[in-house]
Amino acid sequence: MRTLRRFGAEGAALVVATVVFLIPFALMLLTAVKDEEQAIDLDFAWPTSWPVVENLMAVIEARDYVLLRAYVNSTVLTVASVALIVVFAAMAAFVLQRRPGKVAKVADLLVLSGLIIPPAVVPTIWLLQTLGLFKTMPGLILAEVAFNLSFAMLLFKAFIAAIPRELDEAAQIDGCGGVKLFFRVVFPLLRPVTITVILTSSVAVFNDFVNPLYLLPGDDNATVQVTLYNFQSQYSTQWNLLFMDIVLITIPPLLLFVFFNRKIVAGMTAGAIKG
Amino acid sequence: MTRQDAGPRTGPGLPTGHARATGARRRAAYPYAFYLPAGIVYVVIFLVPTVMAFYFSLTRWTLFDSEFVGLQNFRDFFAEQNLSIGFANTFVYAVLTSGLKVVLGLLLGVLLTSKLRLRGFLRSVVFFPVLVSTVAVGITFSVLLRPDTGLVNKTLALVGIDGPDWLGDATTALLSVALVDVWKGVGLATVIYIAGILSIPQEYHQAVAVDGGSAWHRFRHVTLPLSWPATYSVIILSFIGGLRSFDLIWTMTRGGPGFTSDTIASIIYKQYQAGFYGLSTAGNVILFVVVTAIAVPLTWFLGKRQVAA
Amino acid sequence: MKTSHRTLGAALAVLAMTALTSCGSGPEPASDGTVTLSFLVDNSQATVDTAKALADAFMRADPTIKIETETRPGGSEGDNIVKTRLSTGDMADVFWYNSGSLLQALNPAQSMLDLTGDPVLANVQESFLPVVSQDGKVYGVPAGTAMGGGILYNRKVYDKLGLRVPKSWAEFMANNDKIKASGVTPVIATFKDTWSSQLFVLGDYYNVQAAVPAFAQDYTANKAKFAATPAAMAGFEHLAELHAKGLLNEGFGSATVDQGMKMLVEGKGAHYAMLSAQLPPLVDTMPQAATDIGFFGIPGADPATNGATIWEPPGIYVAKTTEHAEAAKKFLAFVASPPAADAVNKVVAPPGPYRIDGAELPGDAIQAAKDLQAYIDAGDSAPALEFVSPVKGPSLEQITVAVGSGLTKPAEGAAQYDKDVEKQAKQLGLAGW
Repeated sequence: MRTLRRFGAEGAALVVATVVFLIPFALMLLTAVKDEEQAIDLDFAWPTSWPVVENLMAVIEARDYVLLRAYVNSTVLTVASVALIVVFAAMAAFVLQRRPGKVAKVADLLVLSGLIIPPAVVPTIWLLQTLGLFKTMPGLILAEVAFNLSFAMLLFKAFIAAIPRELDEAAQIDGCGGVKLFFRVVFPLLRPVTITVILTSSVAVFNDFVNPLYLLPGDDNATVQVTLYNFQSQYSTQWNLLFMDIVLITIPPLLLFVFFNRKIVAGMTAGAIKG
Repeated sequence: MTRQDAGPRTGPGLPTGHARATGARRRAAYPYAFYLPAGIVYVVIFLVPTVMAFYFSLTRWTLFDSEFVGLQNFRDFFAEQNLSIGFANTFVYAVLTSGLKVVLGLLLGVLLTSKLRLRGFLRSVVFFPVLVSTVAVGITFSVLLRPDTGLVNKTLALVGIDGPDWLGDATTALLSVALVDVWKGVGLATVIYIAGILSIPQEYHQAVAVDGGSAWHRFRHVTLPLSWPATYSVIILSFIGGLRSFDLIWTMTRGGPGFTSDTIASIIYKQYQAGFYGLSTAGNVILFVVVTAIAVPLTWFLGKRQVAA
Repeated sequence: MKTSHRTLGAALAVLAMTALTSCGSGPEPASDGTVTLSFLVDNSQATVDTAKALADAFMRADPTIKIETETRPGGSEGDNIVKTRLSTGDMADVFWYNSGSLLQALNPAQSMLDLTGDPVLANVQESFLPVVSQDGKVYGVPAGTAMGGGILYNRKVYDKLGLRVPKSWAEFMANNDKIKASGVTPVIATFKDTWSSQLFVLGDYYNVQAAVPAFAQDYTANKAKFAATPAAMAGFEHLAELHAKGLLNEGFGSATVDQGMKMLVEGKGAHYAMLSAQLPPLVDTMPQAATDIGFFGIPGADPATNGATIWEPPGIYVAKTTEHAEAAKKFLAFVASPPAADAVNKVVAPPGPYRIDGAELPGDAIQAAKDLQAYIDAGDSAPALEFVSPVKGPSLEQITVAVGSGLTKPAEGAAQYDKDVEKQAKQLGLAGW
């Protein structure tokens, strides 16, 4: 009886989650494989024809293969930014959590400001221009790092708080200094939250729309989100191609997630953090 | 690197020496230099332009030149006819989205850390929306919420409800966007909760189990208080995010119909788009002040509870 | 502390590596004497097709110049990109942008090449020049054709119900009643794409200037107001009336222009206040869009003064920062010539007349373009207000959605727009505001 009810509850959870979270994805996929005329209706009607390959090629070939270049650009941008975010934020958050005082208060305030203040686009452009970094990939990378640091630090800080200080002290007794202590002892313990940070900042950077548009303009430098504009203009939209594009640019974060998903669970259940 | 050696050897009988040694050890263990890489990037790329923006909020600025106009932009911004709607909407949106994310995130977090067979699958499914760009989510839900062909109303029609024009009707537009925001963001809240719940030492659960506590007892007295750091993160992030949020609103309703789903951020963005750069930066400064006025006390209050818990 | 230096070093190495791998395509040295011009256009299908046709035809005529087209988003997003790139000195050599009031905000004197008196303009119609000028200096040539802003209507529906093209608002409303009785949606509104809601106000300008000839000048000088001019208020009142009488399609609040055009062409809706340029891109998939859809100007109060409001073509401009001014001018001279029009006609059906001497509408032009041409030939047309006054408020589209959805009274909407316009005028630093 009990197992039966359990099955019922699990079944219900499964159905609800599937409906709520997966139906929108079904719509994307379905529209992506319709022909242009039927796609305008934007309903769940079964496709009358299946121009899957045609749509795929149309999206890839559009604007002189801009999508392929965009994939390369987005990958470089995401990998570099996220690497810097993780290292910088973890280091700063560690000191911030462990060493309270005036400096920490200022740092806390800056973290909060980073979350609160919307970045000012045009002054940022001017600044990057002065530094000779405007319209360059390193410039955009640094901007993404600056805009996403606060969030990462918040996550790191919260989890460093859960790592008992006794651990640091034990490590120190073993002769570990600041840098060693952090990179050898603390950083490995941060793996679960590091994975969360990697995932969230990758998604944030990869899905960013506004900053690449302004800080790294031009078809050669397009990132994947900017390609959405190719099929959706002010006046008309090719829905089938738009959704095919959405599907294609959603695949990389999805793959990243599938890859990291187990690591999250593994990293967490390994019980790295134990009181 | 040499000072730390003095630390552990100091005997407990010498309190002053101990304190000094602890300070020294702390300096060595937690060097301020760790702030440098993050600090430099942050200050140069983020803080400097922000301060420049504060100056431009006092000018009439066309990008080509700027003319100092004092506080005129702030007067103009407060004279904006839809500003009161914007303030109210911003607040409603932030409270609604962060509240739902906390409640649903916690529930899902508990559910997905329990011994559910489909746990792995459900975790992935709940997290999927986080991976999709806001623009794509906005486009997709605009389609699902269409009054005639949209799936939501077709489903409602099955049970005899004549669904409204969700995004085109002034009474439902903001609410609809807020719910989509929750759909997109709850996966992140859930992951934060999962991580938080899993970091609760097993001993606590075992202690309650030994005491013969029920599942509810365990939730109420172990999970809920000990996942407080997670709650703290979720509240702060989603509340501030809610106050600032505009991209989803922008893709889905553009603040419409008319001005009915405008938030402060969307008003600022519209001014920016119209080329009123000075005015729009003034709006940014105001938004900053408003968010700070709400967020700082909130963090302080929540932070205090965190210590207490 | 050695290790910490190493970490920093590693971070710098990461930076350096990304710098190396991300080398964009800088300006390539011309080894064989050819010049490459960059050409920035908005990303609407019609513009991209037109721009490509122009560039291809030009490169065939002059192989020493290569044109690389680059796209940007349209709408106000695009406005900002153009402004940002101009103000940071980073504009493409030549670029496609609106003419009329939007051009004024680009500060052309500082950012664009002055073309006044240049032979580039030889074929450009004299009456077009004011919309690409500021302070008497000319900066651009017309790109593509003019278009009509008024009512697109389904001629099949009109034939079936035996209706005549209305000459006054009263006749228009009488037609709407008959159409509604027949089960067809009389007027299509698509407020999800907010810009489309403005047509009833902006497209009514022929009637405004017929009633108050000095409106544009007085309006620019801060003497005339929408809320205080009954003829100018009419557009807002029309919107409110259509909504109040239930003549709009269901779900108008979340419908898009795509859906609206489809409804119109399929005959599910009879009238749609729209720009005629919406039609040509549809002809490919729905050929009846070329023949079944006609155009008439938004009718006013007086049937004796009936006419149409037209939108001038956008301009193609040369950035002042270009290093290839001569080549850019050659391209502009070609754009403003009859052969360019011929090249475009082969790719995109023109939605209205050209503003280039010697460039005629082809015989197989779409019906709406022919209807528009008839108004122009009869002298019953006027350019929209944004082409005769630099002042245009940015919030009109939200206001017209609110009025057209019954959320705001028309008088209130007009007053809101007057306030909105004030901000814009102050921004431009116009006299009298």
